[in-house]
Amino acid sequence: MTLSGNWFLALAAVLFSIGAVGLLIRRNVLVMFMCVELMLNAVNLTFVTFSKMLDDINGQSLVFFVLVVAAAEVVVGLGIIVSIFRRRPDATADDLNMLKG
Amino acid sequence: MMAALFPLLSVLHPVLAVPTIDRLVFAVCAVIVLSGALGVVLSSNPVYAALSLVLTLFGVAVLFVEEDAQFLAAVQVVVYAGAIVVLFLFVIMLLGVDRQESMRSERLPAQRPLALLLGLAALGELLALSRLTHWSTGPRGASGAPATGGGGNTAALARSIFTTYLLPFELTSLLLIIAVLAAVVLARRPGQHPIEPPALVETDDSNLPMPGPDPDEEIDGVRNVDAESIGFGGGRGPQ
Amino acid sequence: MIHTLLLATQVLHAPHVDYVAILPELILIGGALLLMLGSSLSSSRPAPGTWSGFTVVVAAASIGASWYLWDQVSRHGPQETVHNAVAVDGFSTLFLILIGVALLLGSLVADGYLRREGLDGPEFYVLAMLSGAGGMFMSVANDLIVVFLGLETLSIALYVLAGYHTRRKESSEAAIKYFVLGAFSSAIFLYGIALVYGATGSTNLVSIATYLSQNVIVTNGILLAGIAMLIVGLGFKVAAAPFHNWSPDVYQGSPTPVTGYMAAVAKAAGFAGLLRVLFSAFGSMRTDWQPVIVVLAALTLVVGAVGAMVQTDVKRLLAYSSINHAGFVLVGLAAATTAGISGSLYYLFTYTFVVIGSFGVVSVVGRHGDGRHQLEDYRGLARRNPFLAAVFALLLLAQSGVPFTTGFLAKFYVISSAVQARSYPLAILSILTAVVGAYYYLRLIFIMYSSPAGEAEAVAVELMITDVAVSTGAGTTLVEEVDEVVVLAETEAGPPELEVPTSTALVLTLTGLFTVAFGLVPGTIVNFAHQATLLVH
Repeated sequence: MTLSGNWFLALAAVLFSIGAVGLLIRRNVLVMFMCVELMLNAVNLTFVTFSKMLDDINGQSLVFFVLVVAAAEVVVGLGIIVSIFRRRPDATADDLNMLKG
Repeated sequence: MMAALFPLLSVLHPVLAVPTIDRLVFAVCAVIVLSGALGVVLSSNPVYAALSLVLTLFGVAVLFVEEDAQFLAAVQVVVYAGAIVVLFLFVIMLLGVDRQESMRSERLPAQRPLALLLGLAALGELLALSRLTHWSTGPRGASGAPATGGGGNTAALARSIFTTYLLPFELTSLLLIIAVLAAVVLARRPGQHPIEPPALVETDDSNLPMPGPDPDEEIDGVRNVDAESIGFGGGRGPQ
Repeated sequence: MIHTLLLATQVLHAPHVDYVAILPELILIGGALLLMLGSSLSSSRPAPGTWSGFTVVVAAASIGASWYLWDQVSRHGPQETVHNAVAVDGFSTLFLILIGVALLLGSLVADGYLRREGLDGPEFYVLAMLSGAGGMFMSVANDLIVVFLGLETLSIALYVLAGYHTRRKESSEAAIKYFVLGAFSSAIFLYGIALVYGATGSTNLVSIATYLSQNVIVTNGILLAGIAMLIVGLGFKVAAAPFHNWSPDVYQGSPTPVTGYMAAVAKAAGFAGLLRVLFSAFGSMRTDWQPVIVVLAALTLVVGAVGAMVQTDVKRLLAYSSINHAGFVLVGLAAATTAGISGSLYYLFTYTFVVIGSFGVVSVVGRHGDGRHQLEDYRGLARRNPFLAAVFALLLLAQSGVPFTTGFLAKFYVISSAVQARSYPLAILSILTAVVGAYYYLRLIFIMYSSPAGEAEAVAVELMITDVAVSTGAGTTLVEEVDEVVVLAETEAGPPELEVPTSTALVLTLTGLFTVAFGLVPGTIVNFAHQATLLVH
């Protein structure tokens, strides 16, 4: 490898943090899901980089499972959103505060 | 957004300084990935956020190729950009939430700086713990399954999945069943629940009559009109 | 053409799969698929109760298979299978049985509820069985990715179940809240897996432990960060403070039987994963993670107890009390001794019965619409339905740790393990929160047994003074009273205002009997929990 894996890992860490901060500061549920996808992508990048650094294919297999989980999560999450938004067309996550925190 | 990228570029300076092709690819992809991520977090319109997500996903896919994970790069583009983001856009358009979200209104005024601080602290801690260069300490090739075994990346990946990770692979089928079932349960119309005949309903409460359309259902009046033809139209209503 | 393809393909040596070792999970999955297929193929609607009856049978079969495994393990010792992805030992079989029991009781409670709300359908039970299978895989997992996939199977099914009451706005909102925070915690957990993988080169728990025992890692920052993220991710799932914020909202909004099932299974599976990961993989790094668990335990105990005091909604009260219970389990975990783990396992096992029974009562009192959960809705419950009030009182007493119930011994074992481990501050804190807990449990009991009029307040205050006496002396008499009341409720055939479905009544009787019987004769379960720790890898 001509380029040290550390750069990839640092990039993944930054990406993960952006996703995490985004999830905490955004109020739109759909965008919050996208932030989760950002975090999962950061994890994927980390797995692939470690796989390369350790010369071990198993890291790439793990990405495969993350992809399946991400797909299943998106289906369920969007299903829940559809069931909420059908009732109230202009809901954001902020409107989900009927239950007191 | 460009202003936000300047410190980033200065951080990447050591990479940019050496113009080998790998470093160039990495630098360009890093900029694409991060600007896409910032686009998701900062754009007030969900459609723009979804399109920014595509940018990040493509950037990550190219980085996968750079790291000899060709199969995953293809899957990344096909599954993520091709299916997941399309699903996002589909739902955004379907529900008609493609309008601006006010970035000003905050329920908890302290939440945003707090989240930012927390994120930066976590990132800083992670980078400090790794000391930027001590990320991986595991043994090289411990599992005896090198990333580039005979038959190329895809064959090596398949061998890993169907031997070492056979059980997790089978477990993913459970997730897919649940996803299908979830779509059925969540997206069906509340009014179309199989409701028991009145004789079998065990209710002692007279102020909430059971059979027929439920009174506490909050769907507006259009639902009976388009229930068959559109399916999802109930929630839109006149805007 | 095919010939050349075959030549090009290397022979794939698929790992040996010991199907008996994963039989309990396979039974649940098979049952779920069968139910899904059968209900979609049959054109006529079966008699009410068929689906839940089927689920009960499947859960019972799964418990039987788990019992068989327990027997095998105690004879032939623990084993690993499917390329070491699964560990069958006493620890995992205890959780297999626990989750099977929770599924059985949960589907019985759900039956009456779903029929009352007009929601009865096979999907609910299919999802419940699949989530149970996910929880089971989590507790037998011997690989971080199996822990993760089990966790996701469990959680995703639970998100859907939380939003199952689509006519209730609160239900969908609970689902979305649970989903967003669940996905967030899953991502953190995954990042933890990635970092641990990078630091040790494996995701297999035993391989990680072997690697760590054979190598001294000089710069183990990434490994520590990975472990921390694993703890945070699982901390979210078991609702340990400061990661508990979702749980009161989700417990309140979810359909009540789902809340009970979720409280039992998600917590059990989360702790199974936490225990397995910490002790199986990172046992050699005990000094690094133990302080974190101690702090989590202390925070969780306090947040749960203080939060429960100010609640006026019974479901939220029980949510905070379950956070407090998670704190007690963490106390046993923080001791990091055999006695501590055995105490935690005993706590989790008995808690399962108590919490499902409690939410069973709440689901009946909530009545049609699942909306009557204020403390005031419980005023005079003893007069309206003596059976419900008696069982609820018993279960609440067990939760507060009154002697001669399973709850007392659970708290006793955990606290004594903390004392043995010389973490006196944690032991004292546990006792203090148990006393605080007695306040809100007894307040609820006295609301149930007070007359509907307003003079009950004075009685409640009087009770606060005498609560110490109750917790020491009156335990036995109360138990006897409860049995009498049960008989009374069955003989009095008058029309009760609150109709308790037969299946729910069965669950309440079972959980009540379990709580008292094993409170009086604790030997069996104590041995069970103790043996489970001896067999951990």
